[in-house]
Amino acid sequence: MTQATATRPAADNSDLIYSLRRWLPLPAILFMVAVTQVPLVVTLGFSLERWNLLRPQRRRFQGIDNYPDVLSDPNFFTIILNTLIITLSVVAATLVLGILLALLLNRDFAGKGVVRTMLITPFLIMPTVSAVLWKNVLFNPAFGLLAALAAMLGLQRPDMLQDFPMFSVVIVTVWQWTPFMMLILLAGLQSLDHDQIEAAQIDGGGYLTLFRYIVLPHLRRYIELAILMETLFILSIFGVIFVLTSGGPGTQTTNLSYGIYQEAFQRWDIGEASAMGIFAIILANIVVLLFVRVLRRGQAEEVTA
Amino acid sequence: MKRPYWVGPGLTLLTYLIAFAMFFPILWMIMTSFKTEADAFAFPPQVVFQPTLANWQIALFDSNFLDHLINTLLITLGSTLLALGLGIPAAYALAYYQTKRSDLTLMWLISTRMLPPVGVIVPLFIIFRDLGLRDTHTGMVIIYSAMNLPLVVWMMRSFFLDVPYEILEASRIDGTSLLQEFRFIVIPLVLPGLFATALLCLIFSWNEFFFAFNLTVTKAAPVSVYISSFKTAEGLFWAKMSAGATAAVFPVVIAGWVAQRQLVQGLNMGAVK
Repeated sequence: MTQATATRPAADNSDLIYSLRRWLPLPAILFMVAVTQVPLVVTLGFSLERWNLLRPQRRRFQGIDNYPDVLSDPNFFTIILNTLIITLSVVAATLVLGILLALLLNRDFAGKGVVRTMLITPFLIMPTVSAVLWKNVLFNPAFGLLAALAAMLGLQRPDMLQDFPMFSVVIVTVWQWTPFMMLILLAGLQSLDHDQIEAAQIDGGGYLTLFRYIVLPHLRRYIELAILMETLFILSIFGVIFVLTSGGPGTQTTNLSYGIYQEAFQRWDIGEASAMGIFAIILANIVVLLFVRVLRRGQAEEVTA
Repeated sequence: MKRPYWVGPGLTLLTYLIAFAMFFPILWMIMTSFKTEADAFAFPPQVVFQPTLANWQIALFDSNFLDHLINTLLITLGSTLLALGLGIPAAYALAYYQTKRSDLTLMWLISTRMLPPVGVIVPLFIIFRDLGLRDTHTGMVIIYSAMNLPLVVWMMRSFFLDVPYEILEASRIDGTSLLQEFRFIVIPLVLPGLFATALLCLIFSWNEFFFAFNLTVTKAAPVSVYISSFKTAEGLFWAKMSAGATAAVFPVVIAGWVAQRQLVQGLNMGAVK
């Protein structure tokens, strides 16, 4: 009884808190609905209209006509293909480099802090600075560092952005995103149980066996998460392409983001750009669903194991 | 498990070489910013040169650089504060007062971060134009807050969950109010996490380009947009361009270097939980 009276004020207090705390997430939810979900619905609405900002008086509802228009445009196929090529090659390359660097950094050596600091820096730099730097100072066919290096070796000066545009875009993006992969995987390695490794070493496992059967399974969760996050970012890269190649030459490096930008803000076709935007959303959703399946399967295996 | 004596030093050397190669473009940018324009174009490229501050003077003070830097500062700080202000109460409730809908709310909030920016840029452009938000700091603060809010909720919720429940229970029995509990018990305990969260928000906002490029013109254009205008300035002003570019990335790079531990912690939130 005394117990109850003693806690009474607190209970009253928590009643008030209770009514209050239920509503704490509400401002965040309303804000996100207004800024992300409303535009999403509006995109869907715009995609059903014929609407070019250069001829606004001809704006009218026309149903799903924009979708077949987008799909029958041969450029759209190129754009989707470019998006997939950029995303897959960047993710694959950063994964390999990221694992390698994480393994190298997971040792003790002099100057480790400085080395890690140097390695994470490309991730901290804004994409437009990276792209401007690579485009001019490194890739410039006449005065760039790469051209100078080739000339000193007696080779022809390469025009990277003209002759290897896709490769150039991928290189710059890989340079930017390798630190991201490395940092996540390094944290994964550092959470690895050392006893387990020692036990395996005593059993006479070689380095490759060790990596294959102990390190890699442990890293799996980290790898999956890093791939998911990076894929979503790389699918919609824009700055590097805008600065380096402007999607060109022709449409050789136009990805979905850049293609929609051109449709909306160069040709001012709001209807068709919105329809393309819907395809971008669908693509991102496919990626997320694929990963959710992979993650679920991983969890199921852990339970049965 | 014997291995030759040279493997260890060999791997270390390899690490040094890769680190140097990765860092080299940045080092070269910094070096170029201290060269004269003539030295910047010299062949063969000059490693030793007479450094000058002239380009820095021109890049920073004889251009619009500082205006754009101020835009970036205002937008970055404003959006980080708004994202934290909206996200922390939500994360707090989602961590401590779970209801049937908590998981769903959390998943939905995170899923908004997976929305591709191009999927909403067209209506945002039209809405901003009609509401007079185009090329304003307010507009950009709203966009970047929405971009960072899912991250804030996700990270802060994890940090709140790390606070031992016994401490909260004890304080509640003592009759501490919600605000007191939050201010004097929870916040001090999650302060390092709050710092990591704010740092990631700052980096993402500072470096963002797509929204900034399409939703601003000149008045509110941040540094990332200003720098992109150098994309056609080929062959002319590399030293000045390098000085401007170095200045543009300087604050975030230094912050990232100093707070490496928090950065790693922030990036790994999802993997650890």
